[in-house]
Amino acid sequence: MKNLIILVFCLAAVSFSANAQKFITKTGHIKFFSESPLEKIEAHNHQVNAALDAATGDFVFKVLEKSFEFDKALMQEHFNENYVESDKYPNALFSGKITNIKDVNIAKDGVYEVNVEGKLTLHGVTQPVKQKGSIEVKGGKLIGNSKFSILLSDYNIKIPGAVANNISKTVEITIEISLEKLM
Amino acid sequence: MKTKIQLVAFMILALTAFTANAQDDMMNLLNKEAAPVIDYTSATFKATRVVVGHSCENPGTGDLLFIFSHHFGALNTGYENLFGLKQAQVRLGLEYGVTKWLGLGVGLNTLQNTWDGFLKFKVLRQSKGAKRMPFTLTILGSTAIYTTKWSDPSRKNYFTSRMSYASQVILARKFGQRFSLQIMPTYVHVNLVTGPEDHNNVFSLGAGARFKISQRVAINAEYYYLFPHQIKSIPATSALSVGVDIETGGHVFQIFLTNANGENTESLVTQTTGKWQNGEIFLGFNISRIFTVIKPKEFRKKQ
Repeated sequence: MKNLIILVFCLAAVSFSANAQKFITKTGHIKFFSESPLEKIEAHNHQVNAALDAATGDFVFKVLEKSFEFDKALMQEHFNENYVESDKYPNALFSGKITNIKDVNIAKDGVYEVNVEGKLTLHGVTQPVKQKGSIEVKGGKLIGNSKFSILLSDYNIKIPGAVANNISKTVEITIEISLEKLM
Repeated sequence: MKTKIQLVAFMILALTAFTANAQDDMMNLLNKEAAPVIDYTSATFKATRVVVGHSCENPGTGDLLFIFSHHFGALNTGYENLFGLKQAQVRLGLEYGVTKWLGLGVGLNTLQNTWDGFLKFKVLRQSKGAKRMPFTLTILGSTAIYTTKWSDPSRKNYFTSRMSYASQVILARKFGQRFSLQIMPTYVHVNLVTGPEDHNNVFSLGAGARFKISQRVAINAEYYYLFPHQIKSIPATSALSVGVDIETGGHVFQIFLTNANGENTESLVTQTTGKWQNGEIFLGFNISRIFTVIKPKEFRKKQ
């Protein structure tokens, strides 16, 4: 019985300390960019929700597809209506881990290379992803950066023949998030 | 001993549950912390026209839209007239999205050399999420001025006699992803009517619908019910138009059949005389092309 009480205490302490290591943002930035011989497509989203547990490396983000802004209003409409189908699949989600979180010393300012591994859900399709990125520790904030490419066909996003030359099959994603400690 | 094993098992179980759910917990945390967002409905209609009349939509902010509308002659005019292919009523139009809620446009119609201009206010936008709004409400104010020669130059003619005005309340809703409906009570004021018994104030109740059959193709229909006994000098009737929207990149093609000869709202309501049952139907099409004039802020700094 005594052991059990100690155990409960320990668990509580662990979860408490884990909570103290959580970092979060609601205003992260994701840019996507694709270039084909005929058309350049660029979009920005400044309402990226992301959270990182600096103790375990657990990392998640959630992006509302409709908050991507394009330079052409019509492109935005096409993106939502015809490509990612935002009404059916409103969010893009990532759920995974920074596998080498132990290398990041959140007490010391500096830039740390990190490996991210997890599942990316886009257009209702979940695919495993493994990417490199960096975390910059700066005055108690964690600034995450990553740049990678995804293949649209992996996520069942179809490009109609008529515009096949205008739209590139891969999209470059740039992530910039500044995470603040959750109080 | 037994209890110890149980305890260890419990601990392992608790630990696995803890690690397995860690990312879910994080996701829940994110959902809890996330700022609520307003999810505005987009593309209730694909074009700024359902078929001939206005839809609830404006061009995107900073977008200039060029619309070329063409109605051929009546189908019942026979082979001599190539079923109407020999005639045409054309409207060349420009529309611009000033803000998210304001659009404006001008047009030149070959029917009576009519110039038209309008303002379109999107007062309410259908949305869900942080703000729930079941409808989109657009208000249209339009003026048409015909510029052909006076029918009777001997009498004193006033410029205002050339003018007519249309006001429209467009109440629209997108139901799910495929189906959109709008209802548009319409009021047209004609300054100088053709016959003594014609009303200057003409009322009509319109309804328009869109049904999406694939990602880029939709069927549209529109009906303007003309309340009876308002226009007597011509056999004015209600306007029924049925069309197909085909979208390709920056263009929308609308191909349709209608009994309306005119292309602006004023003539659509007060000068439609074709009868579907008699084959007085016009084949027509709208082609629209979008040009982005002003880009959103974020894209402006570059280049």
